[in-house]
Amino acid sequence: MTDNVMIRVEHLLKDYGTGRPAVNDISFDVRAGEVLGFLGPNGAGKTTTMKILTSFLAPTAGRAEVAGYDVYSQSLEARRRIGYLPEDTPLYHDMTVLEYLHFVADVRGLPKSSRNARMKRVVEQVGIPDRLGMLIGELSKGYRQRVGLAQAILHEPEVLILDEPTSGLDPNQIAEIRQVIKEIGREKTVIFSTHILGEVQATCSRVIIISDGKLVADGTPDELTGRKTGTNTVLVEVAVASNKHDPLELIRRVDGVLAAELVPVGSATARMYRVTAEGGQDPRGDIARVIATVDGLDLLQLTPERASLEAVFRRLTTTSTASSDQAPLAAAGGM
Amino acid sequence: MQNVMAICKREFSSYFNSPIAYLVVTVYLVLSGALFFSTLFIEGQADMRQFFGLAPLLFFIITPFLTMRLLAEERAQGTLELLLTMPITDWEVVLGKFLASVGLVSVLLFLTLAFPISVAEIGPLDKGATVAAYIGMLLMCATYAAIGLMSSSFTKNQIVAALIALFIGFGLFIIGQMVQLMPSWLAPFCNAISIHTRFQNIARGVIDTRDVVYYLSMIFGCLLVAQTTLESRRWR
Ligand SMILES: Nc1ncnc2c1ncn2[C@@H]1O[C@H](COP(=O)(O)OP(=O)(O)OP(=O)(O)O)[C@@H](O)[C@H]1O
Ligand SMILES: [Mg+2]
Repeated sequence: MTDNVMIRVEHLLKDYGTGRPAVNDISFDVRAGEVLGFLGPNGAGKTTTMKILTSFLAPTAGRAEVAGYDVYSQSLEARRRIGYLPEDTPLYHDMTVLEYLHFVADVRGLPKSSRNARMKRVVEQVGIPDRLGMLIGELSKGYRQRVGLAQAILHEPEVLILDEPTSGLDPNQIAEIRQVIKEIGREKTVIFSTHILGEVQATCSRVIIISDGKLVADGTPDELTGRKTGTNTVLVEVAVASNKHDPLELIRRVDGVLAAELVPVGSATARMYRVTAEGGQDPRGDIARVIATVDGLDLLQLTPERASLEAVFRRLTTTSTASSDQAPLAAAGGM
Repeated sequence: MQNVMAICKREFSSYFNSPIAYLVVTVYLVLSGALFFSTLFIEGQADMRQFFGLAPLLFFIITPFLTMRLLAEERAQGTLELLLTMPITDWEVVLGKFLASVGLVSVLLFLTLAFPISVAEIGPLDKGATVAAYIGMLLMCATYAAIGLMSSSFTKNQIVAALIALFIGFGLFIIGQMVQLMPSWLAPFCNAISIHTRFQNIARGVIDTRDVVYYLSMIFGCLLVAQTTLESRRWR
């Protein structure tokens, strides 16, 4: 079952009529049981992509499928299988939580027989059993977010699409909501956007980064941070007692080393180098041996450097800063 | 149909959560009551003519305030996105909301039954004409509601929605009043599209199929435009 493609996006393009597409030829697949983190700077096109996946907007070109149904031509079938939490959690403020959930259950066609049990379960899952009688308009933002999540998961959708589900929540609530997402993600497919990169490493099995409407990265968090593929970066710290030998020269001659540079550390006796080696090669053994054979040099530290997801994000998305900076506060809401 | 009822139920009960509906209903009852009882007591006339004569005027003024929020508010709050991404068609949304507003108007009309009942207490009441007039009022109000719903689909601003509906309602009302001023070739057309003239026909006690068809097609047309407006997000 795990290689069931639940979301298929093919060459998706959306132009709001501004001439510069908000989503520009994006393709990706998400399989059942995957939790996909959808990253990108403000105005990158995350919300737009989600609005197309949920059939709220139609793509200008390309297509998307959810659970095997085309989101445009078989939109009702696709929508039945989706739970959606839009950005900013739009809810009816004049209804109580319970009234609202009953309304959603009506529209979702939840059978009357199992409805109460299901509702009870969901309400506990998102932690709102003591708020059911309150007007939604009187809830705090975090609780409103939970109600939004409750309506999204009420009908046990196969695909859950969440647009910034944790924005504006306190750390405890974020942890709780993450837990819910993880729980659901075990069997279902979840795609959620966020600006909190730590959240991605904690929750996602896969990450997609888009920038300026284009897909710039797609992989597991580990792949993106270079742990499994790409080049290896190692930090080497050496105590230098005499100036007879330049450690930099020695390191550069090691097999597989592509580049080495001095990292300023502000110490008179120790020097730090950042060494980049070919992918798949671990130069640490050779470096250690070379340093050890030289008098007056002592190896202090030899640590693989893992790019943080944040560094990867910044590297991949800042090339297009010039254009995306123009719309940092892009109002993503509706029409 | 189940979806339509779900929308209708939510919309209808949310009328009772907002002060606007209460306010409008109260204003309407006070105004029409004052008109009705003033003719009753001052002129000593116990009949419904005055009330039925003014009904169209009052209704085109009040229904926009009952329908303005139907879609405009959903658009402004962003709830429209959540609603339209549920497994429900745009038509079901429009129909559900229309029925809810007709439901509220029916409540209003029901309350005014106090007038014919008091007339019947005092003197003879033309029952046939009264029943016909009530059917006519319901059709007329439903038409105003459909116009209001359509207007509400155009904008996220409730005031704008109300003004558009007022404008259209006024146009369809006044066109019947100005028939005498029109060139004679235009007069039949004006009479044909005037909501008021149609109502006057029915209030005489004759329910003509053509009048009913007129109202029903106006309603259907407006709802269709509202649906198309909702759908237009997908081809923009
Ligand atoms: N209704 C609209 N009309 C015109 N342009 C729009 C509309 N909605 C979004 N855009 C533009 O499309 C681009 C992508 O916006 P989108 O809301 O998808 O970004 P996002 O990745 O969700 O950003 P954020 O992180 O700020 O939520 C932006 O440049 C935005 O200005
Ligand atoms: Mg967004």
